[in-house]
Amino acid sequence: MQKLSLSKLDQFLEAMAAHQALYLPVEDHSGQAKFQRWAPGVQLSSTLNTVRSAKDFFFPQTEDLVNFKLRGKEIEIIDPRTEHEDFVVFGVRGCDARSFTILDKVFLADPVDTYYQSRREHGTIVSLACTRPEETCFCTSFGIDPTCPQGDVTCWMEGDALYLTANTPKGEALLAQVADLTEACGDEAVKAQQERVSAILKKLPLANFSTKSFGGQVLMEVFDSEKWGTLSESCLGCGTCTFVCPTCQCYDIKDMDTGHGVQRFRCWDSCMYSDFTRMAHGNPRLTQKERFRQRFMHKLVYFPANNNGEYGCVGCGRCLSKCPISMNIVKVAKALEGDCK
Amino acid sequence: MQAAMISRAKELLQGGQVQRVLGWKTGEFVYDITPAVFQSVEELEAEFVYNDFCGNNLSKYLIKESRQPGKVLVFLKPCDTYSFNQLVKEHRILRDNVYVIGVPCEGKTDGETLKAAGVRGILGLQAQGDRFLVETLYGSQELEKAQALPERCQNCKSKKHVAYDELMGEEGQVLQSGRFDMVEKLEAMTPDERFNFWRGELSRCIRCNACRNVCPACSCEKCVFDNDNSGVAQKAAANSFEENMFHIIRAFHVAGRCTDCGECSRVCPQNIPLHLLNRKFIKDIDTFYGDYQAGEDTESRAPLTNYTEGDVEPSIVYQRGGN
Amino acid sequence: MQGMNEFKPKIVAFCCNWCSYAGADLAGTNRLNYPADVKIIRVPCSCRVNPLFILRAFQRGADGVILCGCHPGDCHYTTGNYYARRRMTLLFSMLDYLGIEKERTRVEWVSAAEGAKFAATMNDFVATVTKLGENKRLEDLRCKQQ
Repeated sequence: MQKLSLSKLDQFLEAMAAHQALYLPVEDHSGQAKFQRWAPGVQLSSTLNTVRSAKDFFFPQTEDLVNFKLRGKEIEIIDPRTEHEDFVVFGVRGCDARSFTILDKVFLADPVDTYYQSRREHGTIVSLACTRPEETCFCTSFGIDPTCPQGDVTCWMEGDALYLTANTPKGEALLAQVADLTEACGDEAVKAQQERVSAILKKLPLANFSTKSFGGQVLMEVFDSEKWGTLSESCLGCGTCTFVCPTCQCYDIKDMDTGHGVQRFRCWDSCMYSDFTRMAHGNPRLTQKERFRQRFMHKLVYFPANNNGEYGCVGCGRCLSKCPISMNIVKVAKALEGDCK
Repeated sequence: MQAAMISRAKELLQGGQVQRVLGWKTGEFVYDITPAVFQSVEELEAEFVYNDFCGNNLSKYLIKESRQPGKVLVFLKPCDTYSFNQLVKEHRILRDNVYVIGVPCEGKTDGETLKAAGVRGILGLQAQGDRFLVETLYGSQELEKAQALPERCQNCKSKKHVAYDELMGEEGQVLQSGRFDMVEKLEAMTPDERFNFWRGELSRCIRCNACRNVCPACSCEKCVFDNDNSGVAQKAAANSFEENMFHIIRAFHVAGRCTDCGECSRVCPQNIPLHLLNRKFIKDIDTFYGDYQAGEDTESRAPLTNYTEGDVEPSIVYQRGGN
Repeated sequence: MQGMNEFKPKIVAFCCNWCSYAGADLAGTNRLNYPADVKIIRVPCSCRVNPLFILRAFQRGADGVILCGCHPGDCHYTTGNYYARRRMTLLFSMLDYLGIEKERTRVEWVSAAEGAKFAATMNDFVATVTKLGENKRLEDLRCKQQ
């Protein structure tokens, strides 16, 4: 384990930024955090988490796939991708760090999504252990330990120091870049922090929340539950939950007619939208009830059914705090638990 | 108030005057309240709630609810009644199928506003007079209610109910508020400053459509931004133009019909002050065509479906102010 | 002779069928000059133009957008231009509020008999927009010819 004095934090960030683009959570003027590129003077936010998740780095909201240029009767096909530069995402929390594992299962499974893959290869994740979890947190329900998040490098901020440990060769290479700022140390301070935070985690209101009864084995029972109607009755059909979610990975591919060619791009889509998976005959999910059901079925039933029981949720709590009508996966799972028989 | 509301709702439900009750339902935490339809006395007793967190404007749900069989009882706060009236005027709510009880409101807060005020890890909350006592994971905290109110309630435009069948509690007054102060501040800026201000705000937009979907005035069956034939359908804003276009057009489409209920700003996950767009239109309408409050009545013509021969010319925009 | 790099603005002019489009015709038959960069789109009435038309013109590369209709009181449909007047007043004010140059948008009432006014209006508008330069604040880079 390495140790860095927090008084050298700026030097540390600068040293990393000298080698590759560095992104970290920064507060905007409305007091919320977002990932932003580091530049001299940019301060690390102390908030628990960013509004948008870290999935944006690998799966951006919009992304050009291919351009078509028209010249008379000729169509030129242009690959708009440029070689990605290496980048580091600093300050990823345990929940978001786990979300990459879930996204990998989707995008890196055959056929591999090369757009995603290229970003994954160029990105190094530096995760930061949580010290002040909030009432909306329930990552422990999915076996995530926010006091020891996964990532290429794991960090703990304790007292006046930042403790770092590399978990992968990528992480070791990153720590080598800043080796002259850090010194080797024992893990007592980190252990103490982990113990302290673990005690808080046990007190979280959702500490005992579990999705264990869900999975492929109860597909029809959950699907046919009569409770979907009441659960979804006030859903606005907006995409907030899906867009702040670190694991939602649905997208749409569209063509933009630029007047002199076509840009084919993809953008996030939301199962809450009326035109999600619309086909020639219309949307197979006719009302908000079916669309609402799709989101939770995907996370609690379909995804684990296809991925050895892993749920499509990491318990970051973003949808709990951001849903305009405060309807979320926790309420849904609790309401439907009884139908999982 | 909550107990009185439940008992009145039970009475109306049992008496058969209404078949359903539209209100607010408790959640996991103290603040995550969900709009809900209650069908029975048992449901009302178990889950109905009315407290400092019942900010959701229930009017828009009546578009659907008033078309269900039977009559629905709805509890509306003063600002909700403006949206209600506006929707009745637009024939979106079938008035005869709704029984409205006006309930008083002293301003509603929400979890996000509490968090912005520095309260984290909320476990419980008690309202005592004009103060909130909050129990958090990291100890108790006390704050003034006024400090925990969102902008829309700090600049409340009216505590008067403009539509109801029955009123509970005291009727309030239309208030003088400073709700146009920020619009004026922006107008006084240079175009460059204004451009930078709005880029800073609108560039955070994630196009979740929450502002549109929560808006009582946005009740089109098919939104132009969802209609592929419109040529502007988008699921994401690909660049700054599309961000601007969405928000300009959205605000324009509700101009003259927006009652300034503030739901758009409440639901925005990125805290974009969307009400500042709507209020600009309201302020301009007031200045150019005379004071107009959407939803105040159910008869008057909306400013954009009305005209006078002597209306100002569009060139007034160039003549106004030095900026 | 104009230099190659001199900025020539692209202007979209929405003209109502009954007055302004005929006014443009008259300007033509009278051999009055106005820049060829003005692209006229004929609409049945000025109130046919909704704010999206204006924004989309900018998206597609316009540097200025002008709406011409019958004089108030002379609308072929009696009242269309009154509505258009309110709409455009509010829209232009909103564009200004967002920091977008207000001079890029304009409304002028041009009757079928006012060929000279049409040409003068276009010349003046083109000059104004030329001074402003390229539309940067309401542009969609994807639509710019590369």
